Amino acid sequence: MTHRSPALTAFMTKEVRHILRDRQTLTILLLLPLAMVVLFGFALRNDVNDIRIVFVDPAPDYATTALRDRFLGNGRFEWVATAPAAADVEQFFRRGNADVAVVFEQGFAGRLAAGTPARILVVSDASDPNTGSRMQAYAIAVIASYQAELGAAGRGVRIVPETRMRFNPTLESVNLFVPGLIALVLTLVTALMTAISLSREKERGTLEILLVSPLRPWQIIVGKVLPYLLLAFANVITALLAAWIIFRVPFRGSITLLLLASMLYAMVGLALGVFIAARTSSQRAAMLGALTGTMLPSTLLSGMIFPIASLPGWLQPVTFAIPARWFIIIARGIMLKGVGLAYLWQPIVVLAVMLVFLMLLAIRSFKPRLA
Amino acid sequence: MTLAIDVHELTRRFGNFTAVDSITFHVEEGEVFGFLGANGAGKTTAIKMLIGLLAPTSGRASVAGYDVLTQAEEVRRHIGYMSQRFSLYDDLTVRENITLYGGIYGLTDTQIRERGDALIRDLRLGKTADERVSALPLGWKQKLAFSVAILHQPAVVFLDEPTGGVDPITRRQFWEMIYAAAARGTTVFVTTHYLDEAEYCDRVSIMVDGRIAAMGTPEELKREHRVATLDELFVRLARPDATAGTAADHSSASGYE
Amino acid sequence: MNGGSPPLVVQGVSKRFEEVVALDDVSFEVARAELFGLVGPDGGGKTTLFRILATLLLPDSGSATVLGLDVVRDMWAIRSRVGYMPGRFSLYPDLGVEENLRFFASVFGTTLEEGYDLIAPIYRQIEPFRDRRAGALSGGMKQKLALSCALVHRPDILFLDEPTTGVDAVSRREFWDLLDSLRDSGLPILVSTPYMDEASRCDRVALMQQGRILAIDAPEALGARFPDRLFAVRGRDRYAMLQALRGYPHAVSTFPFGEELHYSDSRTDADAGATAREVLGFLRSKGFADAEVAPIEPGIEDTFMALMGAPEAAAA
Repeated sequence: MTHRSPALTAFMTKEVRHILRDRQTLTILLLLPLAMVVLFGFALRNDVNDIRIVFVDPAPDYATTALRDRFLGNGRFEWVATAPAAADVEQFFRRGNADVAVVFEQGFAGRLAAGTPARILVVSDASDPNTGSRMQAYAIAVIASYQAELGAAGRGVRIVPETRMRFNPTLESVNLFVPGLIALVLTLVTALMTAISLSREKERGTLEILLVSPLRPWQIIVGKVLPYLLLAFANVITALLAAWIIFRVPFRGSITLLLLASMLYAMVGLALGVFIAARTSSQRAAMLGALTGTMLPSTLLSGMIFPIASLPGWLQPVTFAIPARWFIIIARGIMLKGVGLAYLWQPIVVLAVMLVFLMLLAIRSFKPRLA
Repeated sequence: MTLAIDVHELTRRFGNFTAVDSITFHVEEGEVFGFLGANGAGKTTAIKMLIGLLAPTSGRASVAGYDVLTQAEEVRRHIGYMSQRFSLYDDLTVRENITLYGGIYGLTDTQIRERGDALIRDLRLGKTADERVSALPLGWKQKLAFSVAILHQPAVVFLDEPTGGVDPITRRQFWEMIYAAAARGTTVFVTTHYLDEAEYCDRVSIMVDGRIAAMGTPEELKREHRVATLDELFVRLARPDATAGTAADHSSASGYE
Repeated sequence: MNGGSPPLVVQGVSKRFEEVVALDDVSFEVARAELFGLVGPDGGGKTTLFRILATLLLPDSGSATVLGLDVVRDMWAIRSRVGYMPGRFSLYPDLGVEENLRFFASVFGTTLEEGYDLIAPIYRQIEPFRDRRAGALSGGMKQKLALSCALVHRPDILFLDEPTTGVDAVSRREFWDLLDSLRDSGLPILVSTPYMDEASRCDRVALMQQGRILAIDAPEALGARFPDRLFAVRGRDRYAMLQALRGYPHAVSTFPFGEELHYSDSRTDADAGATAREVLGFLRSKGFADAEVAPIEPGIEDTFMALMGAPEAAAA
């Protein structure tokens, strides 16, 4: 006689035991969703805060001062500077030091009093088209409420805001994504693939033979890693060509600089991959380690998709440790803002330091003996 | 008396390749039958057909009285199986493995408890019964796996390369367990590449290139082919010119497994 | 090669991994042109020993010299002169046969052509398949390729860790023939195997069990170490005879050995023939009418089993 239910129950009991006893996977399965919910919850917020604002007010009067106070009192804006002329604003945007610029025309109050249209120019950094439009909207709202105040007091005033989206006038999303995609592709090809390749060598047993030979550990590492560097280079070129030809993404800066920066970032990925492979015992673990240690943080915490400004305050310093974050600043700067070394030397130095640190770590973890 | 295993012109083809070529043999109840052959000779394919995992291309076979093609499920319920590659779950305890397999094969709770206790007593496991199987040395895992495979008292138990990498004493203890099971009426169908172990069997068959090249008791085969050990016979059948001294790779001329 | 010292000297090497003792005070030497076998089941410490000698692991205590060089201090010097074949063939399955060979040659700074005459007898057997992916080879051919890869840089000593495991019987024989000819050319070879019958193909053998050496000797001489008298018992009802003999007062051990039983008797001073007749009488009295008892010389496996004591216990 077949006893169907006991067999099924027995089998399910076994599966439950397997799950409960595999501590590593269990932790990941319970904690990861939690982490993702928290992260996505914060990152997917629609509002933007701490908008860095620059004022250009060549002839301050009561109206411009009042408006400026309204902006600062709003809570969303963070005052960065007041520049004397509109031309100076460009610097702030190129350096990435400001998100929004508000330019008052001369004789603002006078025009208001006379009932003629008084113009304000609101410029937003639209490298990220989502935040760009939102920041724009907040600024307009402040202006509109001030106008309503004045209107309620009985005066017919008209403030005409002119808006400009800097760097991304048509708000193309693809302009946002392409630099991030390059970073993603590079991370995939470098960190993930070297981790897998090295751990596969370990698992297969051929690493043992390589070790018992005149080959030094650094030679083994370089030999394994260099082909992936060339592959990464080829991938960057392809991605850029696709972006330029198919999606018409602007390319305002120096291609050479971008390629060099990409290579720098690729090498960071390679060092990370070697480190992960040296520390894990199986291909599966290496893959898991590479995914959670590189791909996931790169996607979520680098500003690739979710603006860093939207992340909770305590999380933002964490992003400093993510190489992709710095690369995206460089890539966006070169592609969309057209800036060069003068503005980008900081993130480049950060990546270089990370590279040296990770390389030392990787070489030290890769011992010439098994134990 | 029904034959425990009855095979008649059993064949299996994969496209153009004939893995098992019309083999015929039978095994009687309570026999210890050794099924030998080099890798790639068709052994594994033949066994998969006998345990109902693979359908034959032609011919027929019955195990424990049930036809392997039309009554595959009945076959699987009346046999036990143990292989070197897999048998017990490492992260479950000994008792948990017993409960699991007992449940899968439809034993009642009382039966599981009684037989499990007897098993633990016979193997002298004591408190180790509540430890995970991963903590057991290899030899004990093998003995335990065999005991669990016959927990539901099947008519036939299939052992696929059951001993490997253990010391000679433990290996013999394992074979004594096989003898004891056979003495109780269980038919044991075992494959092994330790040809000295083949001599423990009542009868053996040697497969070469999908066909049965020799079959009989070890003594008969040695006398008939005038060799001292089954190992020599095996070499002679598997690679006819190897004994002539040339080391050309002929019978697996393609070089494939 | 260094003057007078043997190519391999191991002295008191011990190694443990946490609570598990992998090697316990292992000592032996291998001479020039000697085929030395480490024989014993898995878990015996053979692989750990190879790794120490190949400078991949450090011993906890004791010392070892390979070609006169110390395994701890002279790591790089040793690594360029050793031919090492770790278990599981360690080949690149997606590279071709010839590609694998050329790669391993280049790793040692040499070429396939330079090493060709040394590996020719082996390589010739797989040369027809030189373009085939190594992953598509049969076990026996992988084994030959792995051996070729270990030899192509003309090492001064060869370490082979279980080279015949998982390979069919015929290929195993051919492999040992190859080792014979390599040894004849002067190469010292250290090889490990779990198959007792392969022990007889070595010049000398060390029986290893759970990290300890039970005995070192030439295969033929090992039988002399068997402590009791050994008899072969034949008869139809093997299992029942086995249990009966275990109840016999003078029995030390009884084990199945193929078609026979090997029964060891404690009366080492008595005449073998007389003891045989007594045992026969006992069996006949128990109803085994067709029983036969004859004294035999102990083989390697008998000696191993007598020396190893009890097998590993279930509880660690």
